[in-house]
Amino acid sequence: MHTHNPTQTIEPQAERDIVIRALNVKRHYGSGEAVTKALDGVTLTVYRGEYLSIMGPSGSGKSTLFNMIGGIDTPTSGMVFIDEIDVARLDAFEMAWMRCNKIGYIFQSYNILPTLTALENVTLPMRFAGLSPDEAREKGAEILRAVGLGDRLFHRPYELSGGQQQRVAVARAMANDPVIILADEPTANLDVDTGSEIIELLCDLKRDRGLTVISATHDMKMLNVSDRILWIRDGRVQRLEERRNLDIKIGTVASREAGKKAVAR
Amino acid sequence: MTDDQAQVRIPRQPPLSWRIVLRVSLAGMQRRMMRSVVTVTCVVLALAFLAYMLVLADITQALVELNDSKLNILLSERGVDIFAATQMDAMTLLLIGLALLTCTVGVANSMLMSVTERVREIGTLKCLGAQDRFIIQSYLVESTLQGLFGAAVGVLLGCAVAVAASSATYPGYVLSSFPTAVVLRSLLASMAVGLFIAVAASIWPAAAAARRRPVDALRVEE
Repeated sequence: MHTHNPTQTIEPQAERDIVIRALNVKRHYGSGEAVTKALDGVTLTVYRGEYLSIMGPSGSGKSTLFNMIGGIDTPTSGMVFIDEIDVARLDAFEMAWMRCNKIGYIFQSYNILPTLTALENVTLPMRFAGLSPDEAREKGAEILRAVGLGDRLFHRPYELSGGQQQRVAVARAMANDPVIILADEPTANLDVDTGSEIIELLCDLKRDRGLTVISATHDMKMLNVSDRILWIRDGRVQRLEERRNLDIKIGTVASREAGKKAVAR
Repeated sequence: MTDDQAQVRIPRQPPLSWRIVLRVSLAGMQRRMMRSVVTVTCVVLALAFLAYMLVLADITQALVELNDSKLNILLSERGVDIFAATQMDAMTLLLIGLALLTCTVGVANSMLMSVTERVREIGTLKCLGAQDRFIIQSYLVESTLQGLFGAAVGVLLGCAVAVAASSATYPGYVLSSFPTAVVLRSLLASMAVGLFIAVAASIWPAAAAARRRPVDALRVEE
């Protein structure tokens, strides 16, 4: 079912391949008078190999949308297709399969499983996907080397810094060669330099492996490397813009403030 | 897209080897060492009581069957009914039942709290592709190991106390006419009861854990 091919070629980007389609997605919590419309009809297309950042204040429906397109929540109405699979039609087993094989998750607070080594954290999703222990170990070590943790394979989370833990999380997200990487504020708990390293790592993976990266973020540096930026407000799409049409300046601390103003405009 | 297409694209997940379930269970116990100790202690105490009662009854019965006149006087002084067919009365059974019930509730409570504490871990596992079955298995493996360990320690403890106490009361008689086969049977029965309690008490917590949703992985507060 699952074969790993490190020399897999990346399809040309000439024709924009759609990886996620959300059609008029609504998500309501509660019912009757007390209904909360977390998402109120969002339509969105995400292309293969792009880097999409989702912005929005808390309570805007940003997280809800993120969960919908990540296959970890199902809409009240509307449709979500992930890699041409209609999420609503999947049963619990198939959803687990899709989360395992199609999507890699990166969390704000790393969510590395405690007491398991870095390598075990990375091989766990491979075991869920049906790889043998030996295959998983080999492939896990290879991915950890690729994220720069080749000498930390048998370290446990408490022996790793925040940045290293997030690298383990990135490696774990890559475990089953997913189509999509979902990153929920991946740099929020990291200092500026370590955060930049993680962003760089995500960009490299996007470029080298043709991954689609979707991240919820407030980090200007992440917006800067995005291909498109989506603003969500009150459960609706407020704005969707190509990066090149935006004036984001970073580099020095002084110009970062200017960049913030430009985006907040 | 039709249903057929969806079926073609999504293969069944192969069954997971128990080794990986065991690894995750052990990691869970290691992480929450104190909680595991509480659970195990609960089983140890209840099972020590059960084994003590059973073994004491076995030994007393063996002594009654000796029908030694000096011993019979000693036994009567201790209030043992030397004409009864068994040394288990209704009151003893009630006490044992209550102890086991308390143990069951204690284990269930401890396991439920462990589910609450590990909501984010369970959510993360689900995001990585774990099925409900995996979560249930890892909880059951955890409680089986705790039950086995707790029952073994408890049963040995109870047996030792029973032998020591009866040796003190009827000096010289217990070891010479020790009913090994009967006592072993009692100990095995106690082990089985302990294991059953540990597993039965964690069925509900395991199901509660499996019902957690992958969204829970995104919780920041803890």
